[in-house]
Amino acid sequence: MEWPAFTTIGEFLREPEQQLMLISPKLSGRTRVLSVSGRLDQDNCEAFRTELAPYLEAALSEPHHIVFDLSGLEYVSSAGLRCFMLAARQSRGPGSRIVVASLKAMVAEIFQISRFDMVLKVYPDVETAVAALESESKAGSGTRTQEQA
Amino acid sequence: MRVRFWGTRGSIGVAMTSAELRNKIAQALLQASGKTFANLQEAYTYATTELDFSLTHTFGGHTPCVEIQTGLDEYFVCDLGSGARPLGVNILARQAGRPATINVFMSHVHWDHIMGFPFFGPAYVPGTKIRIHSSHEIVESAFHLQQCAPCFPVLFEQLAANIEFVVVEPDKPFEVGGVKVTTHLQLHAGDSYGLRFEHDGKTLIYSTDSEYKLDDHKQVDEMTKFFRDADMLIFDAMYTFADAISVKADWGHSSNIVGVELAEQAKVKHLVLFHHEPANNDTALNRLLVETRRYEELTRGDHKLEITAAYDGLELEV
Repeated sequence: MEWPAFTTIGEFLREPEQQLMLISPKLSGRTRVLSVSGRLDQDNCEAFRTELAPYLEAALSEPHHIVFDLSGLEYVSSAGLRCFMLAARQSRGPGSRIVVASLKAMVAEIFQISRFDMVLKVYPDVETAVAALESESKAGSGTRTQEQA
Repeated sequence: MRVRFWGTRGSIGVAMTSAELRNKIAQALLQASGKTFANLQEAYTYATTELDFSLTHTFGGHTPCVEIQTGLDEYFVCDLGSGARPLGVNILARQAGRPATINVFMSHVHWDHIMGFPFFGPAYVPGTKIRIHSSHEIVESAFHLQQCAPCFPVLFEQLAANIEFVVVEPDKPFEVGGVKVTTHLQLHAGDSYGLRFEHDGKTLIYSTDSEYKLDDHKQVDEMTKFFRDADMLIFDAMYTFADAISVKADWGHSSNIVGVELAEQAKVKHLVLFHHEPANNDTALNRLLVETRRYEELTRGDHKLEITAAYDGLELEV
Protein backbone atom coordinates (compact mmCIF):
# COMPACT_ATOMS: atom_id res chain seq x y z
CA MET A 1 0.00 0.00 0.00
CA GLU A 2 1.02 3.62 -0.41
CA TRP A 3 1.80 5.40 2.84
CA PRO A 4 0.72 9.00 3.42
CA ALA A 5 3.44 11.45 2.54
CA PHE A 6 5.29 13.76 4.93
CA THR A 7 2.65 15.84 6.71
CA THR A 8 2.85 19.22 8.40
CA ILE A 9 0.20 20.82 10.60
CA GLY A 10 1.35 24.37 11.04
CA GLU A 11 -1.43 26.74 10.20
CA PHE A 12 -3.22 26.07 13.45
CA LEU A 13 -0.68 27.65 15.71
CA ARG A 14 0.32 31.27 15.96
CA GLU A 15 4.03 30.86 16.54
CA PRO A 16 6.00 29.23 13.71
CA GLU A 17 8.31 27.52 16.19
CA GLN A 18 5.29 25.92 17.80
CA GLN A 19 4.20 24.13 14.64
CA LEU A 20 3.01 20.62 15.10
CA MET A 21 4.54 18.10 12.74
CA LEU A 22 3.76 14.50 12.08
CA ILE A 23 6.40 12.68 10.09
CA SER A 24 6.19 9.19 8.65
CA PRO A 25 9.54 7.56 8.10
CA LYS A 26 9.85 4.10 6.61
CA LEU A 27 8.29 1.15 8.27
CA SER A 28 10.87 -0.67 10.32
CA GLY A 29 9.96 -4.35 10.33
CA ARG A 30 6.49 -4.45 11.87
CA THR A 31 6.78 -1.05 13.52
CA ARG A 32 6.12 2.45 12.18
CA VAL A 33 7.67 5.48 13.86
CA LEU A 34 5.73 8.74 13.82
CA SER A 35 7.48 11.86 15.04
CA VAL A 36 5.40 14.56 16.66
CA SER A 37 6.92 17.95 17.32
CA GLY A 38 5.80 21.37 18.52
CA ARG A 39 2.80 21.79 20.81
CA LEU A 40 -0.26 19.58 20.95
CA ASP A 41 -3.27 21.22 22.57
CA GLN A 42 -6.90 22.22 22.17
CA ASP A 43 -6.10 24.39 19.16
CA ASN A 44 -4.66 21.68 16.96
CA CYS A 45 -5.71 18.33 18.43
CA GLU A 46 -8.53 17.77 15.94
CA ALA A 47 -6.20 18.49 13.04
CA PHE A 48 -3.66 16.12 14.56
CA ARG A 49 -6.29 13.38 14.77
CA THR A 50 -7.26 13.94 11.15
CA GLU A 51 -3.63 13.67 10.05
CA LEU A 52 -3.14 10.60 12.18
CA ALA A 53 -6.21 8.72 10.96
CA PRO A 54 -4.67 7.12 7.82
CA TYR A 55 -1.77 5.73 9.85
CA LEU A 56 -4.14 4.19 12.39
CA GLU A 57 -6.28 2.67 9.66
CA ALA A 58 -3.16 1.29 8.02
CA ALA A 59 -2.04 -0.23 11.32
CA LEU A 60 -5.33 -2.05 11.51
CA SER A 61 -5.59 -3.20 7.91
CA GLU A 62 -2.02 -4.47 7.81
CA PRO A 63 -1.25 -4.97 11.50
CA HIS A 64 1.89 -3.24 12.70
CA HIS A 65 2.91 -1.27 15.78
CA ILE A 66 3.24 2.50 16.06
CA VAL A 67 5.91 4.31 18.06
CA PHE A 68 5.31 8.00 18.63
CA ASP A 69 8.68 9.67 18.73
CA LEU A 70 7.99 12.61 21.03
CA SER A 71 11.54 13.96 21.15
CA GLY A 72 10.34 17.11 19.39
CA LEU A 73 7.13 17.58 21.36
CA GLU A 74 7.48 20.65 23.57
CA TYR A 75 4.11 20.57 25.32
CA VAL A 76 0.97 18.47 25.44
CA SER A 77 -2.29 19.58 27.07
CA SER A 78 -5.18 17.43 28.29
CA ALA A 79 -6.77 17.70 24.84
CA GLY A 80 -3.52 16.46 23.29
CA LEU A 81 -3.24 13.56 25.71
CA ARG A 82 -6.75 12.58 24.75
CA CYS A 83 -5.58 12.24 21.11
CA PHE A 84 -3.03 9.63 22.17
CA MET A 85 -5.70 7.85 24.22
CA LEU A 86 -8.10 7.72 21.29
CA ALA A 87 -5.35 6.54 18.96
CA ALA A 88 -4.36 3.76 21.34
CA ARG A 89 -7.99 2.73 21.71
CA GLN A 90 -8.63 2.76 17.96
CA SER A 91 -5.63 0.69 17.01
CA ARG A 92 -5.74 -1.84 19.80
CA GLY A 93 -5.71 -4.98 17.74
CA PRO A 94 -3.49 -8.02 17.54
CA GLY A 95 -0.06 -6.92 16.43
CA SER A 96 -0.85 -3.19 16.45
CA ARG A 97 0.22 -1.61 19.72
CA ILE A 98 0.89 2.08 20.25
CA VAL A 99 3.70 3.27 22.50
CA VAL A 100 5.55 6.54 23.03
CA ALA A 101 9.27 7.19 23.21
CA SER A 102 11.90 9.89 23.77
CA LEU A 103 9.75 12.22 25.86
CA LYS A 104 11.23 15.58 26.78
CA ALA A 105 11.41 16.15 30.54
CA MET A 106 8.34 18.41 30.63
CA VAL A 107 6.18 16.07 28.55
CA ALA A 108 7.38 13.11 30.62
CA GLU A 109 6.24 14.95 33.76
CA ILE A 110 2.84 15.66 32.23
CA PHE A 111 2.48 11.97 31.33
CA GLN A 112 3.33 11.06 34.91
CA ILE A 113 1.08 13.64 36.60
CA SER A 114 -1.88 12.71 34.39
CA ARG A 115 -1.10 8.98 34.86
CA PHE A 116 -0.84 8.60 31.10
CA ASP A 117 2.33 6.63 31.74
CA MET A 118 -0.05 3.92 32.95
CA VAL A 119 -2.13 4.10 29.79
CA LEU A 120 0.62 4.10 27.18
CA LYS A 121 3.93 2.31 27.55
CA VAL A 122 6.73 4.89 27.69
CA TYR A 123 10.20 4.02 26.34
CA PRO A 124 13.36 6.07 26.90
CA ASP A 125 14.15 6.16 23.17
CA VAL A 126 12.80 5.05 19.81
CA GLU A 127 15.35 2.30 19.30
CA THR A 128 14.43 0.61 22.57
CA ALA A 129 10.72 0.93 21.75
CA VAL A 130 11.12 -0.56 18.28
CA ALA A 131 13.29 -3.40 19.59
CA ALA A 132 10.74 -4.22 22.31
CA LEU A 133 7.82 -4.23 19.89
CA GLU A 134 9.70 -6.23 17.27
CA SER A 135 10.63 -8.73 19.95
CA GLU A 136 6.98 -8.96 21.02
CA SER A 137 5.93 -9.50 17.41
CA LYS A 138 8.40 -12.34 16.96
CA ALA A 139 7.36 -13.94 20.24
CA GLY A 140 3.71 -13.58 19.19
CA SER A 141 4.37 -15.17 15.80
CA GLY A 142 6.21 -18.02 17.46
CA THR A 143 3.37 -18.67 19.84
CA ARG A 144 0.86 -18.78 17.04
CA THR A 145 3.01 -21.18 15.07
CA GLN A 146 3.29 -23.52 18.04
CA GLU A 147 -0.45 -23.33 18.64
CA GLN A 148 -1.15 -24.05 15.00
CA ALA A 149 1.23 -27.00 15.12
CA MET B 1 -16.41 35.92 52.02
CA ARG B 2 -14.89 33.08 54.00
CA VAL B 3 -15.34 29.41 53.17
CA ARG B 4 -15.38 26.55 55.64
CA PHE B 5 -15.28 22.98 54.37
CA TRP B 6 -17.38 20.57 56.43
CA GLY B 7 -17.30 17.70 53.93
CA THR B 8 -14.93 17.26 51.00
CA ARG B 9 -15.16 13.59 50.02
CA GLY B 10 -17.05 12.36 46.99
CA SER B 11 -19.51 9.50 46.60
CA ILE B 12 -19.34 7.97 50.07
CA GLY B 13 -17.95 8.88 53.44
CA VAL B 14 -14.63 7.39 54.57
CA ALA B 15 -12.46 7.48 57.70
CA MET B 16 -8.74 7.20 58.25
CA THR B 17 -7.86 3.66 59.32
CA SER B 18 -6.04 2.69 62.51
CA ALA B 19 -3.07 1.54 60.43
CA GLU B 20 -2.83 4.94 58.75
CA LEU B 21 -3.08 6.69 62.13
CA ARG B 22 -0.30 4.52 63.58
CA ASN B 23 1.85 5.27 60.57
CA LYS B 24 1.41 9.02 61.09
CA ILE B 25 2.24 8.71 64.79
CA ALA B 26 5.33 6.64 64.05
CA GLN B 27 6.56 9.17 61.49
CA ALA B 28 5.85 12.05 63.86
CA LEU B 29 7.86 10.33 66.60
CA LEU B 30 10.70 9.86 64.16
CA GLN B 31 10.60 13.50 63.15
CA ALA B 32 10.60 14.57 66.81
CA SER B 33 13.40 12.20 67.70
CA GLY B 34 15.72 13.68 70.36
CA LYS B 35 13.31 16.44 71.38
CA THR B 36 11.80 16.70 74.83
CA PHE B 37 8.59 18.44 75.82
CA ALA B 38 7.89 19.73 79.33
CA ASN B 39 4.13 19.50 78.94
CA LEU B 40 1.32 18.81 76.53
CA GLN B 41 1.18 22.44 75.41
CA GLU B 42 4.81 22.34 74.27
CA ALA B 43 4.18 19.12 72.39
CA TYR B 44 1.05 20.62 70.83
CA THR B 45 2.92 23.74 69.74
CA TYR B 46 5.65 21.59 68.18
CA ALA B 47 3.05 19.47 66.35
CA THR B 48 1.29 22.58 65.10
CA THR B 49 4.31 24.54 63.95
CA GLU B 50 7.03 22.01 63.14
CA LEU B 51 5.56 18.73 61.98
CA ASP B 52 4.66 18.13 58.34
CA PHE B 53 1.10 18.81 57.24
CA SER B 54 0.72 15.17 56.21
CA LEU B 55 1.38 14.03 59.80
CA THR B 56 -0.84 16.50 61.61
CA HIS B 57 -3.85 16.51 59.30
CA THR B 58 -6.20 14.16 57.55
CA PHE B 59 -8.30 15.16 54.58
CA GLY B 60 -11.28 13.66 56.33
CA GLY B 61 -14.14 11.76 54.96
CA HIS B 62 -17.44 13.63 55.18
CA THR B 63 -19.32 14.00 51.90
CA PRO B 64 -19.85 17.48 50.40
CA CYS B 65 -20.97 20.33 52.59
CA VAL B 66 -19.41 23.79 52.34
CA GLU B 67 -20.31 26.84 54.39
CA ILE B 68 -19.89 30.35 53.01
CA GLN B 69 -19.52 32.98 55.70
CA THR B 70 -20.45 36.47 54.56
CA GLY B 71 -20.48 38.40 57.79
CA LEU B 72 -24.27 38.56 57.56
CA ASP B 73 -26.66 37.00 60.08
CA GLU B 74 -27.87 34.32 57.69
CA TYR B 75 -26.03 31.10 56.91
CA PHE B 76 -25.07 30.04 53.38
CA VAL B 77 -24.41 26.38 52.67
CA CYS B 78 -23.57 24.41 49.52
CA ASP B 79 -24.89 20.85 49.58
CA LEU B 80 -25.92 18.75 52.55
CA GLY B 81 -23.67 15.70 52.45
CA SER B 82 -22.62 14.04 55.72
CA GLY B 83 -20.59 17.17 56.55
CA ALA B 84 -23.94 18.80 57.33
CA ARG B 85 -24.06 16.92 60.64
CA PRO B 86 -21.04 18.67 62.24
CA LEU B 87 -22.11 21.92 60.56
CA GLY B 88 -25.50 21.59 62.25
CA VAL B 89 -23.85 21.06 65.64
CA ASN B 90 -21.71 24.15 65.02
CA ILE B 91 -24.69 26.28 63.98
CA LEU B 92 -26.65 25.30 67.08
CA ALA B 93 -23.66 26.26 69.25
CA ARG B 94 -23.22 29.60 67.47
CA GLN B 95 -26.93 30.40 67.70
CA ALA B 96 -27.05 29.63 71.45
CA GLY B 97 -30.78 29.01 71.40
CA ARG B 98 -31.70 31.63 68.79
CA PRO B 99 -33.42 30.22 65.68
CA ALA B 100 -31.24 30.44 62.58
CA THR B 101 -31.93 31.32 58.95
CA ILE B 102 -30.05 28.93 56.71
CA ASN B 103 -29.84 29.31 52.93
CA VAL B 104 -28.89 26.06 51.22
CA PHE B 105 -27.81 25.77 47.57
CA MET B 106 -27.84 22.32 46.02
CA SER B 107 -25.57 21.19 43.19
CA HIS B 108 -27.80 18.14 42.73
CA VAL B 109 -29.54 15.51 44.80
CA HIS B 110 -27.34 12.45 44.51
CA TRP B 111 -27.20 10.74 47.88
CA ASP B 112 -23.72 11.89 48.88
CA HIS B 113 -24.99 15.49 48.61
CA ILE B 114 -28.16 15.10 50.69
CA MET B 115 -27.35 12.31 53.17
CA GLY B 116 -26.46 14.72 55.99
CA PHE B 117 -29.82 16.45 56.14
CA PRO B 118 -31.61 13.87 58.36
CA PHE B 119 -28.80 14.52 60.90
CA PHE B 120 -28.77 18.30 60.50
CA GLY B 121 -29.62 19.52 63.99
CA PRO B 122 -31.21 22.90 63.07
CA ALA B 123 -33.88 21.04 61.05
CA TYR B 124 -35.26 19.81 64.39
CA VAL B 125 -35.39 23.26 66.03
CA PRO B 126 -38.71 25.14 65.88
CA GLY B 127 -38.38 28.62 64.45
CA THR B 128 -35.38 27.77 62.26
CA LYS B 129 -35.83 28.82 58.65
CA ILE B 130 -34.21 26.62 56.01
CA ARG B 131 -34.51 27.67 52.37
CA ILE B 132 -33.19 25.07 49.95
CA HIS B 133 -32.39 26.51 46.52
CA SER B 134 -31.88 24.32 43.48
CA SER B 135 -32.34 24.25 39.74
CA HIS B 136 -33.71 20.71 40.05
CA GLU B 137 -37.49 20.39 40.16
CA ILE B 138 -37.04 17.06 41.92
CA VAL B 139 -35.14 18.38 44.94
CA GLU B 140 -38.11 18.49 47.33
CA SER B 141 -39.23 14.93 46.62
CA ALA B 142 -35.63 13.70 46.97
CA PHE B 143 -35.40 15.17 50.47
CA HIS B 144 -38.74 13.60 51.42
CA LEU B 145 -37.80 10.26 49.89
CA GLN B 146 -34.59 9.74 51.88
CA GLN B 147 -36.53 10.10 55.14
CA CYS B 148 -39.25 7.62 54.21
CA ALA B 149 -39.56 4.23 55.88
CA PRO B 150 -37.76 1.89 55.89
CA CYS B 151 -34.67 4.06 55.30
CA PHE B 152 -35.00 6.52 58.21
CA PRO B 153 -37.13 6.64 61.37
CA VAL B 154 -38.05 10.35 61.24
CA LEU B 155 -40.27 11.49 58.39
CA PHE B 156 -39.45 14.77 56.68
CA GLU B 157 -42.89 16.05 57.75
CA GLN B 158 -41.90 15.60 61.39
CA LEU B 159 -39.03 18.09 61.18
CA ALA B 160 -39.73 21.17 63.31
CA ALA B 161 -37.99 23.79 61.19
CA ASN B 162 -39.76 25.89 58.59
CA ILE B 163 -38.33 24.34 55.42
CA GLU B 164 -38.93 25.91 52.03
CA PHE B 165 -37.81 24.68 48.61
CA VAL B 166 -36.98 27.29 45.99
CA VAL B 167 -36.49 26.22 42.37
CA VAL B 168 -34.30 28.71 40.50
CA GLU B 169 -33.74 29.16 36.79
CA PRO B 170 -30.22 28.38 35.55
CA ASP B 171 -28.07 31.27 34.30
CA LYS B 172 -30.48 33.80 35.83
CA PRO B 173 -28.83 35.59 38.77
CA PHE B 174 -30.91 35.91 41.92
CA GLU B 175 -30.20 37.48 45.29
CA VAL B 176 -30.37 35.85 48.70
CA GLY B 177 -29.54 37.79 51.83
CA GLY B 178 -27.36 40.24 49.94
CA VAL B 179 -25.48 37.56 47.98
CA LYS B 180 -25.86 37.30 44.20
CA VAL B 181 -26.17 33.68 43.09
CA THR B 182 -26.18 32.10 39.63
CA THR B 183 -26.55 28.43 38.75
CA HIS B 184 -25.24 26.80 35.58
CA LEU B 185 -25.95 23.36 34.14
CA GLN B 186 -23.09 20.84 34.33
CA LEU B 187 -22.53 17.43 32.75
CA HIS B 188 -23.45 14.75 35.30
CA ALA B 189 -25.90 11.86 35.41
CA GLY B 190 -29.28 13.45 36.18
CA ASP B 191 -27.65 16.90 35.77
CA SER B 192 -25.82 18.97 38.32
CA TYR B 193 -25.45 22.73 38.65
CA GLY B 194 -22.42 24.87 39.32
CA LEU B 195 -22.99 27.74 41.73
CA ARG B 196 -21.51 31.23 41.41
CA PHE B 197 -21.63 33.47 44.49
CA GLU B 198 -20.81 37.17 44.28
CA HIS B 199 -20.61 39.33 47.37
CA ASP B 200 -18.68 42.35 48.49
CA GLY B 201 -16.56 42.43 45.33
CA LYS B 202 -15.54 38.77 45.56
CA THR B 203 -16.61 35.78 43.49
CA LEU B 204 -16.70 32.16 44.64
CA ILE B 205 -17.57 29.21 42.38
CA TYR B 206 -18.74 25.88 43.74
CA SER B 207 -18.50 23.41 40.86
CA THR B 208 -18.68 19.79 41.84
CA ASP B 209 -19.87 16.63 40.12
CA SER B 210 -19.10 17.88 36.66
CA GLU B 211 -17.47 16.03 33.79
CA TYR B 212 -15.74 17.66 30.82
CA LYS B 213 -15.71 16.31 27.30
CA LEU B 214 -12.59 17.82 25.83
CA ASP B 215 -13.94 17.67 22.29
CA ASP B 216 -17.03 19.63 23.34
CA HIS B 217 -15.70 23.13 22.80
CA LYS B 218 -19.09 24.67 23.59
CA GLN B 219 -19.14 23.09 27.04
CA VAL B 220 -15.57 24.14 27.78
CA ASP B 221 -16.26 27.70 26.58
CA GLU B 222 -19.45 27.97 28.64
CA MET B 223 -17.82 26.69 31.82
CA THR B 224 -14.83 28.97 31.30
CA LYS B 225 -17.25 31.89 31.01
CA PHE B 226 -19.06 30.76 34.17
CA PHE B 227 -15.74 30.58 36.05
CA ARG B 228 -14.41 33.83 34.58
CA ASP B 229 -12.27 35.95 36.96
CA ALA B 230 -13.45 34.06 40.06
CA ASP B 231 -11.43 34.63 43.20
CA MET B 232 -11.91 30.99 44.16
CA LEU B 233 -13.04 27.88 42.28
CA ILE B 234 -14.01 24.79 44.27
CA PHE B 235 -13.60 22.04 41.67
CA ASP B 236 -14.40 18.35 41.30
CA ALA B 237 -10.94 16.77 40.96
CA MET B 238 -11.99 13.25 41.84
CA TYR B 239 -10.05 11.23 39.28
CA THR B 240 -6.67 11.21 37.64
CA PHE B 241 -6.91 12.62 34.14
CA ALA B 242 -6.17 9.23 32.55
CA ASP B 243 -8.98 7.59 34.52
CA ALA B 244 -11.42 10.43 33.85
CA ILE B 245 -11.21 9.97 30.10
CA SER B 246 -10.83 6.20 29.96
CA VAL B 247 -12.15 3.68 32.49
CA LYS B 248 -14.18 6.33 34.33
CA ALA B 249 -15.42 8.28 31.32
CA ASP B 250 -19.12 9.14 31.66
CA TRP B 251 -18.99 8.68 35.44
CA GLY B 252 -19.66 12.40 35.79
CA HIS B 253 -16.45 13.67 37.38
CA SER B 254 -13.32 15.53 36.47
CA SER B 255 -9.61 15.70 37.26
CA ASN B 256 -6.95 17.99 38.68
CA ILE B 257 -5.46 18.50 35.20
CA VAL B 258 -8.70 19.80 33.71
CA GLY B 259 -9.24 21.92 36.82
CA VAL B 260 -5.91 23.68 36.31
CA GLU B 261 -6.49 24.22 32.59
CA LEU B 262 -10.00 25.63 33.03
CA ALA B 263 -8.92 27.81 35.94
CA GLU B 264 -6.01 29.17 33.92
CA GLN B 265 -8.24 29.91 30.93
CA ALA B 266 -10.82 31.61 33.14
CA LYS B 267 -8.17 33.63 35.04
CA VAL B 268 -9.28 32.17 38.36
CA LYS B 269 -7.09 33.18 41.30
CA HIS B 270 -7.42 30.17 43.61
CA LEU B 271 -8.29 26.58 42.66
CA VAL B 272 -9.50 24.28 45.43
CA LEU B 273 -9.46 20.54 44.70
CA PHE B 274 -12.66 18.96 45.99
CA HIS B 275 -14.89 15.86 45.94
CA HIS B 276 -11.97 13.58 46.74
CA GLU B 277 -12.03 9.99 45.54
CA PRO B 278 -12.88 7.74 48.53
CA ALA B 279 -10.20 5.27 47.47
CA ASN B 280 -7.50 7.93 47.98
CA ASN B 281 -5.91 8.04 51.42
CA ASP B 282 -4.04 11.06 52.81
CA THR B 283 -0.80 10.03 51.10
CA ALA B 284 -2.51 9.81 47.72
CA LEU B 285 -4.26 13.15 48.19
CA ASN B 286 -1.05 14.85 49.29
CA ARG B 287 0.63 13.52 46.18
CA LEU B 288 -2.27 14.76 44.05
CA LEU B 289 -1.87 18.25 45.50
CA VAL B 290 1.89 18.34 44.93
CA GLU B 291 1.47 17.12 41.34
CA THR B 292 -1.33 19.59 40.63
CA ARG B 293 0.83 22.47 41.82
CA ARG B 294 3.64 21.20 39.62
CA TYR B 295 1.32 20.96 36.60
CA GLU B 296 0.27 24.57 37.20
CA GLU B 297 3.93 25.56 37.32
CA LEU B 298 4.64 23.73 34.06
CA THR B 299 1.69 25.29 32.23
CA ARG B 300 1.61 28.73 33.86
CA GLY B 301 0.74 31.59 31.57
CA ASP B 302 0.65 35.21 32.67
CA HIS B 303 -0.78 34.66 36.13
CA LYS B 304 -0.03 32.35 39.02
CA LEU B 305 -2.86 30.11 40.13
CA GLU B 306 -2.94 29.29 43.82
CA ILE B 307 -3.91 25.65 44.48
CA THR B 308 -5.24 24.06 47.65
CA ALA B 309 -6.67 20.62 48.34
CA ALA B 310 -9.77 20.97 50.52
CA TYR B 311 -10.02 18.99 53.74
CA ASP B 312 -12.73 18.72 56.35
CA GLY B 313 -12.28 21.68 58.69
CA LEU B 314 -10.30 23.85 56.28
CA GLU B 315 -11.17 27.55 56.31
CA LEU B 316 -10.16 29.85 53.47
CA GLU B 317 -10.60 33.54 52.85
CA VAL B 318 -11.98 34.16 49.34
